[in-house]
This record gives sequence, C-alpha cells and structure tokens, in this order.
Amino acid sequence: MVYLDNGATTQKPRRVVERIENGYYECNANIHRGVHFLSQRATDAHEAARERVRRFINAGSASEVIFTRGTTESINLVAFSFGEAFCHEGDEIVVSVMEHHSNIVPWQMLCERKNMKLKVIPMNDSGELLLEDYKALLTPKVRLVSIAHVSNVLGTVNPVGDMIKLAHEAGIRVLVDGAQSAPHIRVDVRALDADFFAFSGHKVYGPTGIGVLYGKAELLNQLPPYQGGGEMIDQVHFEKTTYNVLPYKFEAGTPDFIGSTALSEALDFVDEIGLERIETYENSLLEYATQEMLKIQGMKIIGTAADKSAVLSFLLGDIHPFDVGTLLDHLGIAVRTGHHCAQPLVDRLGIDGTVRASFALYNTFEEVDVLVAGLKRIKNMF
Amino acid sequence: MTINEIQDEIIEEFEVFDDWMDKYQLLIDMGNSLEPLDEQYKTPQFLIEGCQSRVWVHADFVGGNVILQAESDTVIVKGIVTLLLRVLSGRTPQEILDTDLYFIERIGLKEHLSPTRSNGLVSMIKQIRNYALAFKLTAQ
Repeated sequence: MVYLDNGATTQKPRRVVERIENGYYECNANIHRGVHFLSQRATDAHEAARERVRRFINAGSASEVIFTRGTTESINLVAFSFGEAFCHEGDEIVVSVMEHHSNIVPWQMLCERKNMKLKVIPMNDSGELLLEDYKALLTPKVRLVSIAHVSNVLGTVNPVGDMIKLAHEAGIRVLVDGAQSAPHIRVDVRALDADFFAFSGHKVYGPTGIGVLYGKAELLNQLPPYQGGGEMIDQVHFEKTTYNVLPYKFEAGTPDFIGSTALSEALDFVDEIGLERIETYENSLLEYATQEMLKIQGMKIIGTAADKSAVLSFLLGDIHPFDVGTLLDHLGIAVRTGHHCAQPLVDRLGIDGTVRASFALYNTFEEVDVLVAGLKRIKNMF
Repeated sequence: MTINEIQDEIIEEFEVFDDWMDKYQLLIDMGNSLEPLDEQYKTPQFLIEGCQSRVWVHADFVGGNVILQAESDTVIVKGIVTLLLRVLSGRTPQEILDTDLYFIERIGLKEHLSPTRSNGLVSMIKQIRNYALAFKLTAQ
C-alpha cells in the first residue's frame, strides 16, 4: 500500500507504539497525586515529555506547554479563555481564507457569544495570502489573529514570522495553527514570537488524542481556566476555589500521561532524523511529484505558492475527486478527497474539492511513480 | 422481469470481471451513459448532499408505479445510481418497500453504502423508500 494521506494522520514508528505498550505495562499510575513509587515514575515521565515538547518548539519554559487532545482543542481553549479575558462586543478576530474548519468554527462561536466580527485575510489564485489586505485588517478593534502556518489543502507555507511582527506592531496577539507545519518544518516559537502555537501529536508520528498548546506565560497567566475539575485546582471550598499554576491550570482531569510520553518518543524519532533533513527530503519529493504529475495531460495543481510544504492538491481533468480517490484506493493508494475540512477555501477556489496527496518522511520517489502511473490509468478510464 | 431477476442479471454482468478496475470501468461506462436529470429537478429540493458527492433524486407516481430519475456529480456514483434505477424504477411502492437490495453487496460495492462513506447513496436509497411510502399512502 502507498500511504499518501499524511496530512490527515501519520503512520507510527514501532518505538512509539512500544512506548505506549510499555507505558501501560511499566509506568501506569495516576500522576501528580500518588505518594507511591509508580505514581512518581509516571509523573516524572509525563513532565519529562512536557520538557521534550518545550525543546521541540524551543519554548522558554515547560510551564508554557499545555497538553490538550489536539490542535482543535488547543484552539478551542484559546477561543474560550482568551475570549473571556480580552474580548468584548464589537471586537474582531482575524483568520485567513485558507483555514481548516478547526481554526474557523471556534472563532465563529466566540463571535456569536460576544457579538464580535470575524474578518478574513484573502489570498491570490496561487494560494498566497495578500499581505497588503492583511495589514489593512489590523485595526484597533482586532484582539487576535489566528492563522495556519501551513495550509492543509494548498501546502502554502504562510509567512507567519512577518505576519506576527505586523500584528504585534498593531498590539495584536497571534495564534499559529501548526498542525501541518510541526511535522515538516523546524518551529521555533520564540524566534517566531508567536503568542500561541498549536499542534497535534498524531500528525507528528505520535499517538492520537494528544496535542499541544504553547502560550506565552505572561499571557496564559491572564486567562481564566478552560475546563474545571481535578488537576487544575489549588484549593477547593464551597465558598471559593483557587486555581493551580501553569500549566496545570489548563489541564483539568487526569492528563493523558501515556499519550504525552509516546509523543515524546515520536519527537525523539523526528529529531534524531532531523527536521532540516526531513524538510529537504520532503521538498524534493514534492518537487518530483509536481513535475511528474504535470506530465499528465489535463492535470491541474491546486496551490502553486512559491513556498510550499509536503502537500499536493490536484484535479485530474474534469474527473470528480471522489472518482479519482475511489479508483486510487482500489490501486492501493491512499489519498484524501473532498473539501479537506476547509470549505471556505474550496468555495474561494470555485471548485467542489480536490484530490490531495500529502507526504511524510517515509514516502519514497517510487511511491510517487506508483501514484503517477495510477493517475494515468484512471485518466484513460473516463 | 422481477426485481430479483434484474438484481441477478446485474450480478452476472459484474461476475465476468476478476479485476476491480474492470468492474469500475463498467460502472463508469454506465455512469457516463446515464441520461441527465431534467435541469428543473437539479434544485436543493431534490438534492441529497453527501460529504464527498451529491445526488439528486426525483420521483413520479404514474399508473401505480414509481418512476425515478436521478443524477450525481461523480461518475462512479452515477454508475451506482444507474443500477439502482434499473432495479427500482417503474415498480410499485410496495415492491420498492419490500426489496432487499442484495445485488450491491454481491457485486462488491457495499463499501459505497456504508453510512460513514457519506457519498449520498445511503440517503438516496432512504429517500426512494420515503417516496414509495408517501405514494403508497396517497394511493390508499
């Protein structure tokens, strides 16, 4: 089988799966509360994982790393807590036209709750954000900009560093949705000066159900908790409850300590290979695939930004993406088809959807050849 | 021919092919030759929106029989729609309600009818049965 649906989720290295197994067999006890040996061991592993994530994104402190269920929950957390702390009627949130639904809907919900407006950064036909329009959107009404680092449909790498700088000059905070960048590009949250950065474990060769929200401590300290319960409290009395310090304030309930340690293993795996090497290799794969695909008559690549990551969306003549995906599946090639949870983007492009091949570090040039041969065969069937 | 005789005929037509891609070629050819749905019926009223594809279904009740017309935006779904119309169109409401559509599984297209597949086909069959039920009640 040729697996080219890595933008949706990645396959797992054996060591990550073994770490999960080992976690349950050797290191399973609820953390941060037990006086016993096993609890301490599990707690240490969980906190070591937090430190591992800190290193991966170069955060200033491990207390700025909050474990969530994934990018979606991370964004929802900010939409709620930042919204409660800083947003009022008439304020605005800025997103871009190429966002995943997970970086649109939480803001729409906030806007509805607080009677605010959602503003949208447009793009050109290549799939690049229009920075002049972006600048014009940065008015004093804007509380937060939330943008994808890499588009899950187009592969566009957005110039988030510059965009953050522009927002900060206007006194506006920025959240970067790193779901599609963390597996492919070296992320340094301090160099970017991102206020928030979110990513998912399962897209970085880690397990499903664990993700990360990075936030600047000075900012996180000003936000109210997202959910209430165990772990996130300091003192609970019926008269008054006080909250725990960072990062625990945002981690209600028993944390996914098995998931966090397996994510840590996945990040070791990625860093041992090296993100710079991964990026170089994946880019050459993308370049080769683009070049070979364009040899197929009627092939249209969707997303031709100058700076792209390992995502290749396309249309094969006027054949419906569903038909292409169904037939590729029968040829043993897994791709994604449809609107990729980015309907506003697909609407903007004036199409019904795309076929998307998305690459990971384990994909090969031979697999690209198999894809191209499959597409040629499919084309002749219509 | 009875409904089941038509279902058996379709099964035979597909059994000739061992290779999956040949079965799909047949489906694509059928889809391509499906008569387009009258534009007046390609409206939201007759649309069944799937996550991956769209299907429009229109039903008439003529002389005690349900006459079905349908179309999809994808050729493979159109092929399956062609087969469904061949089996169900022109039948009485009771026949439609009583039919077990076993041919779909037998020709290996069951995956397209899984509720999670979201290509509109499951909803389309449900919609055809709803039409049949409504016509049956009107006729009584």
